[in-house]
Amino acid sequence: MTTSLDRDTDTRTDGDPAPRAVDADATPAEGESPWMRRLPWVSGPLMLLALVGVWQFAVSVVGVSEFILPAPAAVVGALGDLFADPEIGSHIGITLLEVLAGFGIALVVGIAVGATLGRIAWLQRAVQPALVALQVVPKVAFVPIFVIWFGFGPTSKIIMAALLAFFPIMLNVMLGVRSVDRGHRDVMRGLGASKWATFRDMELPTTLPYVFAGAEVAIVFSVIGAIVGEYLGGSQGLGYLVVSSLNALDAPRLFAVIVLLAVLGSLLYVAVTTTKKLVIPWHDSVRTGV
Amino acid sequence: MTTQQTPTATTPTWTPPPVRRDEFDAPGDTAEPMGSRAVGLRVAGVDKTYATRRGDVHALSNIDLEVGRGEFVSLVGRSGCGKTTLLRVLSGLLAPTAGTVEAGERPAWVAGRRDDTVFAEFGLVFQEANLFPWFTVLDNVALPLKLRGVSKAQRRTRAAELCATVGLSGFEDSYPRELSGGMRQRAAIARALACDPSVLLMDEPFGALDAMTRDRMNLELQHIHAVSGTTVVFVTHSISEAVFLADRVVLLTPRPGRIRSVTPIDLPRPRSVEVEATAEFGELVVGLRRQLDEED
Ligand SMILES: Nc1ncnc2c1ncn2[C@@H]1O[C@H](COP(=O)(O)OP(=O)(O)OP(=O)(O)O)[C@@H](O)[C@H]1O
Ligand SMILES: [Mg+2]
Repeated sequence: MTTSLDRDTDTRTDGDPAPRAVDADATPAEGESPWMRRLPWVSGPLMLLALVGVWQFAVSVVGVSEFILPAPAAVVGALGDLFADPEIGSHIGITLLEVLAGFGIALVVGIAVGATLGRIAWLQRAVQPALVALQVVPKVAFVPIFVIWFGFGPTSKIIMAALLAFFPIMLNVMLGVRSVDRGHRDVMRGLGASKWATFRDMELPTTLPYVFAGAEVAIVFSVIGAIVGEYLGGSQGLGYLVVSSLNALDAPRLFAVIVLLAVLGSLLYVAVTTTKKLVIPWHDSVRTGV
Repeated sequence: MTTQQTPTATTPTWTPPPVRRDEFDAPGDTAEPMGSRAVGLRVAGVDKTYATRRGDVHALSNIDLEVGRGEFVSLVGRSGCGKTTLLRVLSGLLAPTAGTVEAGERPAWVAGRRDDTVFAEFGLVFQEANLFPWFTVLDNVALPLKLRGVSKAQRRTRAAELCATVGLSGFEDSYPRELSGGMRQRAAIARALACDPSVLLMDEPFGALDAMTRDRMNLELQHIHAVSGTTVVFVTHSISEAVFLADRVVLLTPRPGRIRSVTPIDLPRPRSVEVEATAEFGELVVGLRRQLDEED
């Protein structure tokens, strides 16, 4: 960090009306009553129930074709069949491995690149065009290329997952590194804190909420990356099961796999938010349960 | 997180215990009696010019000031006259364009580089509390000790003592956002006191507080100053606050900032709020205000 005092990079903090998100007067009661806490646990199942109700209605009353929309009971049956299949474990395992490996790579590389670019302004400006270009390109279009390069195995899917997850993490970390409060910096400078102490006690805690904000998006993107990769090649994973069910015109199984994917995605997301709650319990986003 | 572990609803009603006379005669472990020639802080020929896109801003011009050890100096002046700039130069956050700053005979700036060992002895309080939201009150207060490598157990004990000093007992484990503005500012003061600073530099520390809280904080600050015997430079734009607290009031005039006058305040200590009703106090305030008005 630029702790150089020799230059007039210094600007004052007083009279600066910019509100500080994390330090603002938060009404402690907001969103914290037991009722508010429990609300999602009540509304979630209710909405699920409503969905299944409408679904069943569409099938039995409106008479939508079994192939377009299988009955809920049929999907549940297909789910049972899926789990009876001894191969299901390996399919889930492969997809999970691809998602987690891709997410892990994105996390490490995203934090490293984001922190570097956030600290070195000229470098950030220099690579800006490349970043923008990469960002606007629909990245799933790369999957066939990765298949050519890395084959039909998990590698191409891992890379796809990592590529999709990389951007939200990198961009958030870049922002986070720059978001160190000027007043906080004055405190550390006034205390003559070492570079390491400044990092440990100020820069890292400032950036962590941004890392988690990126990670929450990234974990969802990794699932998308892995599934799209599996759609296009290979013979393993839940994405492959979706495609094979489609080819077999087995609608109940197709729906069952999608339900599985939804559950998997939700569990992964919950894992990230739970980690966040443990690591940064002090942060506003944790308190208000966002 | 659903239940509040701390009694936030009841702000602590801590009133500073009456200051005994003998506390003034023996301020801490420093042997110097008040008003002796010992220098706490010396500023000589300090000049500061900001280089901005729209040209240079001459913020401070030839500032000479000597603050005795244990002395309380208030800095007043209208907005933009360079109070913050001067305080930031004193606190080592901003390099002066010219001139020297000495703390207890030791130069603080050598060839444009700050001597960290000098500034490490200073305690800073800013207009905003600037507490770290990721630390509890106790950890915030203990931060200076942590940076000095004091053991965890020791710094917790010391920080708890400091919390008690500023009337924050019972809030050690709260996060800053669970505190009121005044409580946060008190935590910031406790943090500044953590490493027994020889010099306390405060930039409008109570500027954001309501008048009642402010009065209480002034009494607390007076008490802390009396007990610790630190040198204090206190920036404010409230003339009565400046007079109430200070041994001397330094008036700055703007563009470029220079010292216009230094007014000794000989009101007896400890001062209570009643002192503000005395004729002497009134005259001092009116005199300073007149000087400010003459600038137009
Ligand atoms: N970082 C900066 N860059 C350029 N000019 C600055 C900077 N900081 C302060 N100034 C200028 O220096 C002058 C003094 O500013 P300073 O903040 O010291 O005033 P102040 O007395 O603290 O005012 P206030 O009472 O409003 O806080 C002002 O004219 C201001 O515009
Ligand atoms: Mg100011």
